[in-house]
Amino acid sequence: MANYSAIKYNFNLPTGTTNESGNSLELIKTLTASSSANLTFVNGASDVVLDATYKTYLFKCINIHPATDNVAFTINFRDGGTDYDATKTTTFFDAGHSEDDSTVASLAYDTGADVAQGTGVARLSRNQGNGNDESCSGDVYLFNPSSTTFVKHFQTNFQGYDRNNIHYSGFGAGYCNVTAAIDGVQFAFSSGNIDSGTIKLYGIL
Amino acid sequence: MANYNAIRYNHDFLGQGGSLVLLSTFTSDGSDATVTFGDSIITDAYDEYLFIFNSIHPQTDGVFLTCQFNAVGAADFNETVTTTFFQSYHKENNSSTELAYSTSDDQAQGTDFIRLTATVGSDADQCASGTMRLYNPSSTTFVKHFTSEVCITQSGDSIMDLFVGGYINTTAAIDEIQFKMSGGEIQAGTIQVFGVS
Repeated sequence: MANYSAIKYNFNLPTGTTNESGNSLELIKTLTASSSANLTFVNGASDVVLDATYKTYLFKCINIHPATDNVAFTINFRDGGTDYDATKTTTFFDAGHSEDDSTVASLAYDTGADVAQGTGVARLSRNQGNGNDESCSGDVYLFNPSSTTFVKHFQTNFQGYDRNNIHYSGFGAGYCNVTAAIDGVQFAFSSGNIDSGTIKLYGIL
Repeated sequence: MANYNAIRYNHDFLGQGGSLVLLSTFTSDGSDATVTFGDSIITDAYDEYLFIFNSIHPQTDGVFLTCQFNAVGAADFNETVTTTFFQSYHKENNSSTELAYSTSDDQAQGTDFIRLTATVGSDADQCASGTMRLYNPSSTTFVKHFTSEVCITQSGDSIMDLFVGGYINTTAAIDEIQFKMSGGEIQAGTIQVFGVS
C-alpha cells in the first residue's frame, strides 16, 4: 500500500531497505537520565526493539554525567533471563592526554578494564569526573544480537573527562559468549547514579 | 553524473532525508568463495561507503577476512595499497593481553588481498563482526582511503579487535570491492553496503 512519502513525492521506497525518511539508521528509543540508577533497553518494553528486526544496533551516549566522582561508565547484557549478566570476554585500551600537556600522554592496554569470561559489567570509560562540566560520550555497536548460533560481538568507543583533568579516548570490544539471543542492554556507572545524559538506540536496517 | 541509485535513493525529503542508505546486502548461502560489490554499487553517488559485517563465519579455522579493490576498467582485484594494522587482544582464560602493531599483517605498496582481521576461529559459534569505510572511491585526483574495525573470536578462545587503515595508491576511480577469507569459504554471515550522504 502506498504511504504518505510515496504519494507526496511519487517515490517508491525499496521494501525492507529504508524507513519512510529514506534513512537506514532508524532511531528506536531515547532515554534521558535524571538521577537514574541505570538506563536500560529491553526488547518489547517501552517501544524498544532489540531483536532480529535489525542486524546491527547502535547506541549513542551523549554527555553522560555521573553523580559520583571517579567512576566508570559500564554496560551489561541480558541473555534471556531477567538479570544483566551475560558471560563475556572483552579487550580495552585507551589513549590519554592531560590538560597540562605533561602529566599524561599515553596509549596503553588497560588490564583493569577488561573481562575474561566474567558476568560483570564491561567498562566503557575510566576515572570519570563529576565536575559540572565533566561527562563522557561515545558509541556502542552491537552486532546480530538475535543470533542463536554465534557469540555476540560489540565494539565501543568513548571520549571522556578523567577527574584529574585528562582527556581519554577508550576503545573496547568483546563478545557475549552465549548462543542465546541478547534482548536487553543496561548502562550504569560503577558507583552512584547517572545524574544526567542521553542514550539513543538506533537500528541499522 | 547521477546514476540510478542516486536518483532513486538520494531523495532529500525536504532536507530530512537519510544519511545512511542501504545499497546492497550479501547473505551467505553457506558456501561463498568470494563476495563482490560491483560498479552498480560503488559509484560516484556517495563520498563515503560503509560496510557492516555481521557474524562472518569461516569454513576453515585460522583464516583472515580480507578484501581488495578494482579500478574502473581494470581486470583484477590487485590494486596497490599501503596499510597499517594494530590490534587489541584478550584471552578468555585471562592468560594474556596485548595492544600492538602487527608488521606481518600490513602492506607496503603491495597488491595482495588486505587483511582486515587476524585469524578467525571456525568453531560453530565463532565469527567476525565490524565495520569498514571507503572514502571517495570515485576520485580521479586523490588516493582512496579506507578504515576498518573488526572484532573476531579466535580458535584459541580470545577476543581480538583489529584496526586497519590504508590507501589505494591510485588516482583511478575504484568501482569494485571483493571480500573473501584467506582460505576456504564464508559459510555464514552478512555484509551490508551503505552509502553515507
